[in-house]
Amino acid sequence: MGVVEGIGARVARKEDRRFITGKGRYTDDMNVVGMKHAIFVRSPHAHARIKGIDKSEALNVPGVIDVLDGDQLAADGIGNLICGWMIHSRDGSPMKMGDWRPLAGDTVRYVGEAVVIVVADTKAIAREAAEKVVIDYEELDAVTDLVTAVEPGAPQIHPVADNNLVFDWTIGDEMAVEEAISDAAHIVELEVSNNRLIPNAMEPRATLGHYDAGEDHYTCWTTSQNPHVARLVMSAFYNVAPENKLRVIAPDVGGGFGSKIFIYPEEIVCLWASKRTGVPVKWVADRTESFMTDAHGRDHLSTIKIALDANKKITAFKIDTLANLGAYMSLFSSSVPTYLYATLLSGQYDVPNIFANVRTVYTNTTPVDAYRGAGRPEASYLIERAMETAARQLDMDPAELRRINFVKTFPHETPVIMTYDAGDFEASLDVAMEAADYAGFPARKAEAKARGKLRGIGFNCYIEACGIAPSKAVGSLGAGVGLWESAEVRVNAVGTIEVLTGSHSHGQGHETTFAQLVAERLGVGLDSISIVHGDTDKVQMGMGTYGSRSGAVGMSAIAGALDKVEAKAKKVAAHLLEADESDIVIENGEVKVAGTDKKLAWHEVSLACYTAHNLPDGMEPGLKETSFYDPSNFTFPAGCYICEVEVDPDTGTTQIIQFVAADDFGNIINPMIVEGQVHGGVAQGIGQAMLEGCAYDPESGQLLTASYMDYAMPRAHDLPSFNVLTTTTPCPSNPLGIKGCGEAGAIGSPGALINAITDAIGNNDLSMPATPQNVWAALNAK
Amino acid sequence: MASITMTVNGRKVSGEAEDRTLLVEFLRSNLALTGTHVGCDTSQCGACVVHVDGKAVKSCTMLAAQASGSSVTTIEGLANGDVLHPVQKAFHENHGLQCGFCTPGMIMAAVDMIERHGGDLDEATVRAELEGNICRCTGYHNIVKSILAAAAETSGARQAAE
Repeated sequence: MGVVEGIGARVARKEDRRFITGKGRYTDDMNVVGMKHAIFVRSPHAHARIKGIDKSEALNVPGVIDVLDGDQLAADGIGNLICGWMIHSRDGSPMKMGDWRPLAGDTVRYVGEAVVIVVADTKAIAREAAEKVVIDYEELDAVTDLVTAVEPGAPQIHPVADNNLVFDWTIGDEMAVEEAISDAAHIVELEVSNNRLIPNAMEPRATLGHYDAGEDHYTCWTTSQNPHVARLVMSAFYNVAPENKLRVIAPDVGGGFGSKIFIYPEEIVCLWASKRTGVPVKWVADRTESFMTDAHGRDHLSTIKIALDANKKITAFKIDTLANLGAYMSLFSSSVPTYLYATLLSGQYDVPNIFANVRTVYTNTTPVDAYRGAGRPEASYLIERAMETAARQLDMDPAELRRINFVKTFPHETPVIMTYDAGDFEASLDVAMEAADYAGFPARKAEAKARGKLRGIGFNCYIEACGIAPSKAVGSLGAGVGLWESAEVRVNAVGTIEVLTGSHSHGQGHETTFAQLVAERLGVGLDSISIVHGDTDKVQMGMGTYGSRSGAVGMSAIAGALDKVEAKAKKVAAHLLEADESDIVIENGEVKVAGTDKKLAWHEVSLACYTAHNLPDGMEPGLKETSFYDPSNFTFPAGCYICEVEVDPDTGTTQIIQFVAADDFGNIINPMIVEGQVHGGVAQGIGQAMLEGCAYDPESGQLLTASYMDYAMPRAHDLPSFNVLTTTTPCPSNPLGIKGCGEAGAIGSPGALINAITDAIGNNDLSMPATPQNVWAALNAK
Repeated sequence: MASITMTVNGRKVSGEAEDRTLLVEFLRSNLALTGTHVGCDTSQCGACVVHVDGKAVKSCTMLAAQASGSSVTTIEGLANGDVLHPVQKAFHENHGLQCGFCTPGMIMAAVDMIERHGGDLDEATVRAELEGNICRCTGYHNIVKSILAAAAETSGARQAAE
């Protein structure tokens, strides 16, 4: 501490200026000479056989460059899309991965699946020509609902997956759980659905593929959260080009929330089409395409059984979950309902026995993958709905039931392979209860009742896991990649600093927070520090941004590189100042001999490194260091959210009276940015709980919510201002003590809101989204 | 084809565009003013808000030809050289943006909102007025705070001038 712009300072963002002046550079803002425009012809059917494609009329439209299909793609050796996390079923068999071609082969399996690409001089011409592509479909029966999909006689989606079952996976000790259940004093049971969501980053996905024949080299501008993983996957699996012949640039990216982690057909097809046609090819999704083709989130149906002893201590959780993966296995889809979900099913509680069975299913819907929180919101919602239900059935205060079951000592090993390294769950509960004036709630409820309104209050004490690691551990669980991060700190001769990072910023403010870390360590001003990211030609390798990992993992890598830079700078300064290396300190932009007035300015040391006129014998010139950081454990952000609502019994309308979030994110770099992350996450969680619901027509498989006219995005007037607070237990598993804050809001809020509404209406049987219609129906079903 | 002449950010511009060209397409493609964004195709999201003859307009709902002869201000024309408009400054100081994609439309809508309401803006009014601007990052909390701060500053400056 002590540095004005260092760790813990509420610094306004360095990156803001370009965004507030209209100078941000997003993929659709990129133009290269000779660039043409692509439109994808997509399947209008949820499930159909392609009997033939007639492109002749489209090819004759003036201005059309080419019209390409899946057979041409396959003939050029472009590979199928893959899922990069292997899961084995309980019988030992590997997950059943169905073929997913970037442009459809003989079968289409969801509405919106790409079939043909049209490249033309303008987008308007491409669109006109796309309408002239005649595809002869033989419609097949479709299934969109996860329960129906696994019933006998359901339409079969992939030949490889009998009964549409992708895998049948378990974790925990089933026998021990059954024993605990048979010995229990109380059993509480609940069925909970976790509604399917559509991510809706405000910038639609886009890509610009450019093949340079002179260099035999490809450049891909794309809306990606992890450009290096995109390059790796496109090179190693999709056979687009070897890594040294493929540059991926993710410039400014307008939000991701998970949906821009994955490598989609469009990037691959535009790169391939650029080589085929000899022109750079740009594609920009319109919003309906985003609804149809961005990987969706959630879509679970679960049952939970809680066993408690006579003292209301939990003795076991038993969980059964059915998870919808959509028509194909997206890049990390298999990890979401398994290792990102079931490993968090202990919640904040000391539960000696847990068993979970997760079955994943194919349906004729858009592929489902990670969306803000990815598995952890589903776990927390299930556990916290069940805890509230248990408290009501046992006639206990919900805070008290939680409190007596909290994990209180750390490290704590759960029965679902996690080791919680640090936390103080009572502290966040207490802070939240005080901020929400929980003690005053009965009086407020009575006052509301006098006005004919129903007040309710709900808790959600969440825990999640971020910074998924170490690589060795995730590799043993089936991950196809390592989950470390890289950083390179380049000190220029004049002392200015460039930090190259594999993390990608698409709203998180890395250009500010990462610079704050450097300022803290070296005492140089933020203006002299630049953060470089999002370009595989600049940053050697990185794993990208998701799972709230950029602080805990990405910044730890920067800290590692800074350690090396400092060590070399101290050696050089000691040599120049004729002092002992151990006496050198770096403070406020100066390199000093502690306790003396002997010192060098930071730039004098860096310049000495580059002039190399007077370096210690044997030292290489330059001041540039790299670090790859692989964490020793996950991090475990946790907290307590409390929501208070007022329901109008006449209309079923819910008003949020207050929303309190008390989070323990470990050490915090910039409180202003952290609060912003919580605000956004809570808004998405409230959206899930009250507004958003993806709907398919069960007969035709058509996506019914494919525009902002049909899908209820949270608007400003749907939301309150939030009361955001923090408690702190530093994370012992990384050098900065950071846990991560990006997803907590979306994880902890749906449960708090639904628990509040069910408390208000006195009926626990309520599903998300709690629209006025659903609330009114639940209220009147009693 | 339509012949289009308009004043954009104080500069007279002209160009040819197909009759069906939307104002937002003309701004982005013909004039390379890419600060105005397209986030949807149903005129819901508000990422494309600009000012046409002093009024906030979703530039995806207007043909370029319709705007011919008008004076258009986009996000690029809001600051006075290096001096930010008070609304831009408030968004920066109050962390009213994250990914920045909805931000140009938010700021242009906010400038118009403050001009219409002056110092009378309160949180409920700001939230109601933002109906046509969607943000997925901020939960609107800091956008509302930014607009109220800018309104207070603008109204304070007006009172001081009077």
